[in-house]
Amino acid sequence: MDQQASLLDKLFATGLLVETGVQGLYGRSGVFEDVIARFDALVSRLGAFQKAEVLRFPPAMPRAWFERSGYLKSFPNLAGTVHAFCGNDQDHAALLECVAAGDDWTGGQKATDIVLTPAACYPLYPVIARRGALPEGGVTFDLQSYCFRREPSSEPTRQQLFRMREYVRSGTPEQVQAFREEWMDLGQKLIAMVGLPFTVDVANDPFFGRAGRMMKMTQREQALKFELLVPVNSEENPTACLSFNYHQDHFGKTWGIETADGAVAHTACVGFGLERVALALFRHHGLDVTEWPAPVREALWGTE
Amino acid sequence: MTADIRELISKHGNLSVDVATLADEADLYAAGLSSFASVQLMLSIEDAFDIEFPDRMLNRRSFASIAAIQACVDELTADRKAA
Repeated sequence: MDQQASLLDKLFATGLLVETGVQGLYGRSGVFEDVIARFDALVSRLGAFQKAEVLRFPPAMPRAWFERSGYLKSFPNLAGTVHAFCGNDQDHAALLECVAAGDDWTGGQKATDIVLTPAACYPLYPVIARRGALPEGGVTFDLQSYCFRREPSSEPTRQQLFRMREYVRSGTPEQVQAFREEWMDLGQKLIAMVGLPFTVDVANDPFFGRAGRMMKMTQREQALKFELLVPVNSEENPTACLSFNYHQDHFGKTWGIETADGAVAHTACVGFGLERVALALFRHHGLDVTEWPAPVREALWGTE
Repeated sequence: MTADIRELISKHGNLSVDVATLADEADLYAAGLSSFASVQLMLSIEDAFDIEFPDRMLNRRSFASIAAIQACVDELTADRKAA
């Protein structure tokens, strides 16, 4: 615990992260952002051969899409919904009175039609579906978004608002499984290029509640999720920096995505936790980026 | 013996065939049991028999057939019958 607190303290002390008083909600310095941007660009260079279609969404999605996605079945505790004031002048006066008195002023806030994005690929699936059946070779997308998960923590690697870069593949089971295989290999090459120690292991998502126990077990049993782990907070509990996920026909069925020959499309994605990779780099190579090993600097900044 | 389990499967299994046509040993996944439905089925069995599946039983094998589910339920209620 001390070591965790001290990594976060060091990041605050050097100004790489900026404390807000809320766990997992931090500002970032220019240096921190530069590391994120350079790593993001390295991912783009490594993934360029795929000629993926680039799409960027703001860190929120329509509530209707969110409801249909099934996220609430599995992770109701992590979701963040956007609420807003919808009252009249009288309600406004009452609200200000509550604020002034230090009482709860949020009771009158109403749910809007917007929900915070829980994973970068969530707004993508309905967009794929409405384009109609997939082309013969399937499709590959390039996404990046801030994502929200309600899990306050003193570990800097577990933030409530963080960026996720993703490549998403949709097509036949063979096409998406080959994609995941390839990225499990490329992901290890990528992390080796930036000089980080890692392991790859089968994993599960943090499914909620009693039902979640079984979903965790079956996800592991079927090896649907692998994570690339780097020790950041401790050696015993390394941090998942990349994940390689095979969703089978879950999103294809949910959204009605069809392959060229009319079968339910399968999907898979590779996710890069950008803040987590940056934190792993600072943890292993030091807080001063000018002192990082030459091969790591070259991989990220080139030979400038 | 398996009547209770069959009823729960027909209610929560969301199978593509009628449960009555399935043998005790028939593969429920082949009959259309999805991952999500198997979770709902697991919860309904816990409630109906007042049991809690230990982690070692939370796998696809435990829910692969009516007979497999019955074996889990029998094991978890064995103490109760003895007492």
